[in-house]
Amino acid sequence: MTTESPAIRVSGLQKSYKDVQVLKGVDLEVARGSIFALLGSNGAGKTTIVRILSTLLKPDGGTASVNGFDVAAEQVRVRESISLTGQFAAVDEILTGRENLVLVGRLRRVGNPRTIADDLLERFGLADAGGRRVATYSGGMRRRLDIAMSLIGDPPIIFLDEPTTGLDPEGRLEVWGVIQKLAHSGTTILLTTQYLDEAEKLADRIAILHDGTIIVSGTLAQLRELLPPAKVEYIERQPTLEEIFLAIVGKR
Amino acid sequence: MNDVTIMLGRSIKHVTRSMDTIITVTIMPIAFLLLFRYVFGGAIQSGSGNYTNYLMPGVLLIAIASGISYTAFRLFTDMKSGIFERFHSMPIARSSVLWGHVLTSLVSNAISVVVIMLVGLVMGFRSSAGILAWLAVAGILALFTLALTWLAVIPGLTASTPDGASAFSYPLVFLPFVSSAFVPTGTMPGPVRAFAENQPVTAIVNAIRSLFERQPVGNDIWVALGWCAGILVIAYAFAIAAYRRKIA
Repeated sequence: MTTESPAIRVSGLQKSYKDVQVLKGVDLEVARGSIFALLGSNGAGKTTIVRILSTLLKPDGGTASVNGFDVAAEQVRVRESISLTGQFAAVDEILTGRENLVLVGRLRRVGNPRTIADDLLERFGLADAGGRRVATYSGGMRRRLDIAMSLIGDPPIIFLDEPTTGLDPEGRLEVWGVIQKLAHSGTTILLTTQYLDEAEKLADRIAILHDGTIIVSGTLAQLRELLPPAKVEYIERQPTLEEIFLAIVGKR
Repeated sequence: MNDVTIMLGRSIKHVTRSMDTIITVTIMPIAFLLLFRYVFGGAIQSGSGNYTNYLMPGVLLIAIASGISYTAFRLFTDMKSGIFERFHSMPIARSSVLWGHVLTSLVSNAISVVVIMLVGLVMGFRSSAGILAWLAVAGILALFTLALTWLAVIPGLTASTPDGASAFSYPLVFLPFVSSAFVPTGTMPGPVRAFAENQPVTAIVNAIRSLFERQPVGNDIWVALGWCAGILVIAYAFAIAAYRRKIA
């Protein structure tokens, strides 16, 4: 494993579905241990990039490497290096939360899947629900379980495809907390989102995917420099509805 | 192999946690068993002493034909829920994902077959078959299940609705009625008889019936095995092709 290479390197990536060219030469590079946000509207091709990087889809052109391994030639090594949390919580509804975690643990050949499952249930606030079937879980609980399943085996790189879509404000904050903790522990995270505040809050670097190419990329500060300097204005700041909601509901 | 075992364990839990699937699979064949034994049976000249014995092989095939539609349904659910993508992005043998479902189908259909046999015993089914004949029956039924299961994999992977995934089995369930499963083919009019005598169910039913009755199986068993193997090979090829199209 080459530690000097970036966690993810994509160059000239192209992909078409029938006549529609979704990716028209995407270039991006994600540094190890960073959170990289891929922003774009619905249908911009964010998921297509994630699917190519997780070996679920073959690109039509260009190259991509993950953890130093080529996604076309070294699929197995790539899969050993990553975990995918797709757009829809990929959990088994008929199994319990604990069984879902143990299942992934056994497939990833970790030594003690049960202990790891119990630790993760605890960390993700699912200890009480661990013995219940996932069919009874709320959207936020499913999402947390989904992300917990992705952490088993400590993959160095995690793909999170729209991790907070469809969550309520509390669920969103919970997931954000999890992502920040993960990044602190050195995991590289590629995050796709359509929420600008999410990218602003979490990401070290942000890239905007539009019309099949990355049109801008950089840190938040660099992106801000693209616009004319901020004007100073005095405005009365009303609490946002989110702040009101969270204050009344009484969490955090 | 280890991955397949883990996948099988997961999928078996889906069966044991929804026992209603076993009940819905067995209830229709049991209803046919009752209907033909106690309603139509008296008027049917099957040419053999014990009509329950005569019915049994065909009823078992109906059970298997309807049982595999749940395999298609479970596969469809996995495709839609995204859990397939999770498995495929993990460092495991990708083929284990399909084989887990296929082996589960063998297990759950075996349970259905045993349940129907027990009901049959109560209704007067008797066999003097020895251990080898029983093993041969089990082998034919397992091969038949395997062949139809790979057939079920195709709609499971390609259907766009859950109904579409399971509807393909209806004609299969109907096939035993135009065969020697319930009545001898001798009284059927020409073209119907020609179809009945040359479709797979008749050969399979006749072979199993002979094994149960300790009669020589003759050519039937080879025709039966040939049909099962042929369906298996073709269905497997199409299923794998459909799978490749879905997964890069």
